[in-house]
Amino acid sequence: MWTSIIIAVAVLLGLAAVFGALLGFAAERFKVEGNPLVDQIDALLPQTQCGQCGFPGCRPYAEAINNGEAINKCPPGGEATINALADLLDVEPQPLDAEHGAAQAKRVAVIREDECIGCTKCIQACPVDAILGAAKHMHTVIESECTGCDLCLEPCPVDCIDMIVIEPDIRSWTWATPVELDKAPNEVPSFTDARVIVTDSQAEAREASLL
Amino acid sequence: MTQLWNFGGGVHPPENKSQSNNRPIRPADLPAKLILPLQQHIGEPARCIVAPGQKVLKGEVIAQVDNGMGVPVHAPTSGIIERISLEPVPHPSGMSDTCVVLIPDGEERWCALVPQPEYRKLGRDQVLVLIRQAGIVGLGGAGFPTNIKLRPSVDRKVDTLILNGAECEPYITADDMTMREKAAQVMAGLRVMAWLLRPARVVIGIEENKPEAIAALRQAAEGSKTEIAVIPTIYPSGGEKQLIQILTGQEVPSGGIPADIGVMCQNIGTAVAVADAILQGKPLISRVITATGEALAEPGNFEVLVGTPTSHLLTCAGVDKQRMSRLVLGGPMMGYTVQDLNIPLVKASNCILAPTEQELPTPPPAQACIRCGMCAEACPMELLPQQLFWHAKATEFEKAEHLNLFDCIECGVCSYVCPSSIPLVQYYRFAKGEIRLQRAEQQKSDRARVRFEARQQRLDREQQEKDQRRKDRALAAAKAQEQKTAEAQTMVQNGTVSDERAGKSALVAQALARKKAKTTAASADTAPAETFAPENTGKTPAAETAPNIEELEQQLTQAQAKLEKMQSMLEDAHSGQAPNVDKLERAVDKNIERVRCSQQAIDDLQKQAVPANRNAEPALSRSND
Repeated sequence: MWTSIIIAVAVLLGLAAVFGALLGFAAERFKVEGNPLVDQIDALLPQTQCGQCGFPGCRPYAEAINNGEAINKCPPGGEATINALADLLDVEPQPLDAEHGAAQAKRVAVIREDECIGCTKCIQACPVDAILGAAKHMHTVIESECTGCDLCLEPCPVDCIDMIVIEPDIRSWTWATPVELDKAPNEVPSFTDARVIVTDSQAEAREASLL
Repeated sequence: MTQLWNFGGGVHPPENKSQSNNRPIRPADLPAKLILPLQQHIGEPARCIVAPGQKVLKGEVIAQVDNGMGVPVHAPTSGIIERISLEPVPHPSGMSDTCVVLIPDGEERWCALVPQPEYRKLGRDQVLVLIRQAGIVGLGGAGFPTNIKLRPSVDRKVDTLILNGAECEPYITADDMTMREKAAQVMAGLRVMAWLLRPARVVIGIEENKPEAIAALRQAAEGSKTEIAVIPTIYPSGGEKQLIQILTGQEVPSGGIPADIGVMCQNIGTAVAVADAILQGKPLISRVITATGEALAEPGNFEVLVGTPTSHLLTCAGVDKQRMSRLVLGGPMMGYTVQDLNIPLVKASNCILAPTEQELPTPPPAQACIRCGMCAEACPMELLPQQLFWHAKATEFEKAEHLNLFDCIECGVCSYVCPSSIPLVQYYRFAKGEIRLQRAEQQKSDRARVRFEARQQRLDREQQEKDQRRKDRALAAAKAQEQKTAEAQTMVQNGTVSDERAGKSALVAQALARKKAKTTAASADTAPAETFAPENTGKTPAAETAPNIEELEQQLTQAQAKLEKMQSMLEDAHSGQAPNVDKLERAVDKNIERVRCSQQAIDDLQKQAVPANRNAEPALSRSND
C-alpha cells in the first residue's frame, strides 16, 4: 500500500516539476517588454500632439488613459477615435468632452509669408517640426507634415498664421455613403448604382429570373 | 477547342448591344476645342510642357511625366493651346482637374512619326520605352500604364497572355467593332505584346454573342498559335479575374495580381494602340467609343479624339436632349452619371450612354434587406454582399475588410439582382473609400508620431547637453576655487597672506615672499638657533610647527615695534608739518596691515596645524635660501 502512495506522490511531483519548468521557460521566452496597451492606445490617437486633452502630447495622454483617464478628451480624433478606444479598452463610448474643444474638420496651418517677421517662435512651438525657417527670415509650413494642432497660433507675435480647412480634391475624394443620399432624396444621385436597364421587355426578363 | 472553366455567380442582363453594333466605326467630327486632362492614367499627373498660345502639331507631346509612374499626353490634332486651367473631368466626383485646352486649326498636320516595323531588332526595353512615349495606358478603364504592365518581371514569368475581347457589359460594343474592323491591328499589337512577354500560351477570349468579331479574328489569326476562345455570354465574364478563371481555371489570389499566377490580361483597344504606336509610330490620341442609348438618333461607335467634349460626341450621334434623362459614362452596370455634358472623353472612356427615362429609370428608393441571399449567389467573386452591406452601413469597416471587401470588383451584379433595390455597390465604394482614407490618415499620424518623438529626443538631448555644459562649468569653477585655496594655503604656510587675501595677484604674493625672505634673514641674524635647514626632513610635523610659530611671533613683535616707531615718527611729522607726511602715513598703514597679517597667519597656522605644515616646508626652505 505504501509503495502505491509513494509512486503516486512521485508521479505528481514529477509532473509538477516538468510543468513548472515548462511554465518558467515560457515566462522567460515569451516575456512581453514594456506596456503594449499604451502603444496600442497611442496608435489609435491622431498624433496631432495638440495638447487639447490637457496632456503634453498623444503619448502622455495614452499613458494617462492606461491609468484610467477618460477616453473622450481628444477633439481632433473625434468620435472615430473614441469608438476605437472604447473598442480596445472594452468600455462604453462617451460623447466628446466639450471642455477640451469640439471636433473640427482637418486643417493645416498657413503662414502669411509677407507678414512673417522671422521670430522663430512658431518653430519652437511646432510639435512635429513642420515649420521651416531661420531667425529674421521668413518661415513656412510644410503642409504635408502639419497636423493642424493650432499650437503655433498663440506664440505668433504678429498673428500671421491662418488655419485653413483642407478641402477634398479630386485625388482625395471618396464616394459618399448612400445613407446620406437616402436622407436627401430630392437630390439627383450622382451614380447609376447599377440598378439598371428596366425597359419593359427587360423588366419581364428580370421577373422571370426572379421566379 | 480550348478548355473552359466556370466562375461562380454572374447574371444575364439584357445585352442591348444591337443598337450600336450595326453601324461601322465612324470618325467623329473635329470638335471646336479639345480638353486634355494631364492625368489620364494611374500614377503621377503629367507635367505640362506647352504654354498658352503655342502652336502644336498632331501627335506632339504636350505633357510629360518626368519620374514615377505615368505616360505623356499628346496633342490629338494640330492647333493652338488656348489655356491650361482647371476643367471638369470625367470622374464620379464631378470635380475639376488641370487640363490643357487645345483649339484645333483643322489642318491635322502630323508631327514627325517614327514607325518601327522591325521592332524585333530593337531591345525589349526600347520597345517598352516606345510604348510609354506613345502614351499608352490600359484602355479597359483603369488606365494603368501599359509599359509597366508589359515589363517582363524576373520572378514572375507570364505563361499565359490573354486578350480580353469578352466585353460583357450591356450596351458597349467598342471592342466588338474594333475586333471586326481592325482584326489585323489587334493581332499585330498582340504579337508585339507576345514578343515582349514570351508567354507559352496566347488566348483571345470572346463572348459567343459576337460571331462577326470571332470570325474576323479567326481569319486574322490563321496560321498563328493564338487561340480564339469563345466563352459563354454571362456578366461579368469580361472582368479580368473572371476571364482568367474561365480560360485557365486558376483564381487570382486575394490581394494579388494576375502575374502572381503567371497570367496577364490586355484589352483589345490596348493591342490596337500598341500596334499603332510601334508599327506606325502614332501615339495614343484617339480611341473607339460607343455612343448609345435611346436618346440618340444614330447610336454607334466612333473613332474619337482624346479630349473631345462629351456633348460633341452626343451631337455626332444625333442626341435628342429632350428625351435624354441623364448621361452615363461607361456602361449601365459599372458606369456613373455625370452632370456636366462638357467633360472630355479620355483614354479610359469606352462608352457614353444617353438613355431615356423609360430606358434607365431613376432607381426606386431602397427598401429593407429581406435577406434573400440572391446577391451572394450572384456575386462573381463569391463574397458575402449582404454581410458587407451591413458592415458598411454600420461603418464597421474593419469587419467588412475582414470579409474581403477589397476583392469586390464593383461589377454591380449584387445591386442588379437585389429585389429591395439596395444600392449595394454604392455601400462598398463608400466603405472602400473610407478605409483608404483611414489608412492614409493612419500613415500620416504614424509619420507625425515619428516626427514628434524625434523632436522630443532632440529636445531631451539638447537639455542634457546644456546640463552637461553647466555641470562642466561648475566643475571647472570649483577646481579653480580649489586651486586658489591651495595657493592661498601655501601662502599662509609662508606666513605672508591670509585666506581672505587669496585672490591677490601673484605680484603681491611675490613681493610679500621677498619681504618675508628679508624678514626671515633678519630673524636668522638675531636668532640663528631658531632657523632650520631644508635637510630637516626627519623632524615630526609637530616639531616643525613649533619653530614656525615662534618665527611668526618674532615677525609679529618686530612688525609691532616698527609700527610703534613709525607712528611716533608720523606724529612728529604731523606736528612739524613735514613734507613726508603722506609717505609716512602709507608706511604706517602698511605696517598695521603687516601686523594684522602676521597675527592672522599665526592664528591660522595654529588652527590648521599638521597637514598645512607640509606644504609650508618647501616654501619656507626656499625663502630661507
